[in-house]
Amino acid sequence: MEARGKAFRYGDNVDTDVIIPARYLNTTDPAELARHCMEDIDSSFIGSVKKGDVIVAAKNFGCGSSREHAPIAIKAAGVSCVIATTFARIFYRNAINIGLPIMECPAAVEAIKAGDEIEVNFATGSIRDLTTGKSFKAEGFPEFMQKIIDADGLIPYVQARLGLAGRKA
Amino acid sequence: MAMTMTQKILAAHAGLAEVHPGQLIEAKLDLVLGNDITAPVAIKEFNKIGVKTVFDRKKVVLVPDHFTPNKDIKAAEQCKLMRSFADTHDIENYFEIGKMGIEHALIPEQGLITAGDCAIGADSHTCTYGALGAFSTGVGSTDMAAAMATGTAWFKVPGAIKVILEGKPREWVGGKDLILHLIGLIGVDGALYQSLEFSGPGVTALSIDDRLTVANMAIEAGAKNGIFPVDEATLAYLKEHGAKAPVVYHPDPDAAYERVVKIDLSALEPTVSFPHLPSNTKTVRESGEVRIDQSVIGSCTNGRISDLRIAAKILKGRKVAKGVRTIVFPATQAIYLQALREGLIEIFIEAGAAVSTPTCGPCLGGHMGILAEGERAVATTNRNFVGRMGHVKSEVYLASPAVAAASAVAGRIVSPDML
Ligand code: SF4
Repeated sequence: MEARGKAFRYGDNVDTDVIIPARYLNTTDPAELARHCMEDIDSSFIGSVKKGDVIVAAKNFGCGSSREHAPIAIKAAGVSCVIATTFARIFYRNAINIGLPIMECPAAVEAIKAGDEIEVNFATGSIRDLTTGKSFKAEGFPEFMQKIIDADGLIPYVQARLGLAGRKA
Repeated sequence: MAMTMTQKILAAHAGLAEVHPGQLIEAKLDLVLGNDITAPVAIKEFNKIGVKTVFDRKKVVLVPDHFTPNKDIKAAEQCKLMRSFADTHDIENYFEIGKMGIEHALIPEQGLITAGDCAIGADSHTCTYGALGAFSTGVGSTDMAAAMATGTAWFKVPGAIKVILEGKPREWVGGKDLILHLIGLIGVDGALYQSLEFSGPGVTALSIDDRLTVANMAIEAGAKNGIFPVDEATLAYLKEHGAKAPVVYHPDPDAAYERVVKIDLSALEPTVSFPHLPSNTKTVRESGEVRIDQSVIGSCTNGRISDLRIAAKILKGRKVAKGVRTIVFPATQAIYLQALREGLIEIFIEAGAAVSTPTCGPCLGGHMGILAEGERAVATTNRNFVGRMGHVKSEVYLASPAVAAASAVAGRIVSPDML
């Protein structure tokens, strides 16, 4: 699977309260959540993000609450992938469980500038900055997590294991 | 292989003789928790799986506490979904308004967790129960959905940081100051993917309420869980609250820790986290002149009876400063009633504070105390991120109940001995 888009740059500790503020958590509708994605840290994000774009951030991305609304909002906003130095652990789980691709790659985070055109390949973990011509390689997922991703998230994975497969989420 | 306390609990619940850091395991769960924000998402996912009902109706706990009593129509719809799910599946531990409390105060109080348990909750502060010697950690709604169906969850076995506590805290210093100090020391990602295991002679100097406050904020250091050894105080607490028989795990003496941090409790001072990160700590003495518009005393971090007693001790016979909205939130109905019986509620109201029914309310900027642009609050809650309690240009300063109450009186951030 591949994706291509423009990079949005953020720093350390982007928390779930700025990814999707709690005042919007009285809904679970992805499209509505997406409308407020990143609003408290970058009010121009929603107006300019396009399908396939990539978020590039530094340490501890997604720290704070367990709200799955955070990766859901990012995914529904059209973002194809989040690249960060490290992720907060609940965000990491949630992203895998709902099928938002994430990659830990400190070298890419260091080099990629806002607005660069980025191409990512989830299967190989390769990241290419088309603007500068540089390439990077992210850590691959452990096999167990790759299985969840291949199943298209935790729910279909559990269904398959319980012998209830076929009712795709 | 020598194991930490957390690793032993995980191994036992995975049916393995031993586990090592980084290993992916599937563990059996003793408790699966959700609230009115995360459970509706989980319920929708659960319904997609196709199982008839939950794995164990006694082990699923549902608490509508965030936007309740329903703050608006959308919140009411979310709670309705949760209530009808609880009805359909005959969930024993669904807590309706009137019985409800903030989940992480409620679960230990109701005896729903015991030492040696393995618990998950679709709420990041589920790590609170580590205070009682359980492994408990926050997950997302999809994890909750899968866990309700299977009674299991996948975990990556964490390594650990050992925090050795020594000495005894001084007057007006407690669990909150300890955990803020520790987060200031190691940073908001200082324990990322790791356990924080507390140990040392200083543990006995901390009450169970203090330990609950400390474990509650393990997540603010990025930790997977925070855990305390089980001692007589733990066993007495579990018995008093009717918890099931504990299973006590001790870390192996030669267990490997990725880092060891020593803290002398007697050297701690009243501590505050400045905006906009919990790790942005200063002692109150170093804080300078920070004027406040609001003081919030409550939440799953510091809304227990001992917290209210400390606040009442300071507010008794005093008035809150002009222009400071002071809001007190007992964390559960039982705490509220106890505070009423002890005369604490009267003290708060006479001092000019508002007292609320249990709710998460302002802690997450939900309702009951939202900040306007440019306003500042001192709060006994656990997060001070941008916009956490209201406007993106408002500020939250995290502190203990003693500091929050004293600051309400002074109109600026002070500790009680500065009044
Ligand atoms: S009181 Fe605050 S931190 Fe605790 S569960 Fe409620 S919203 Fe979360």
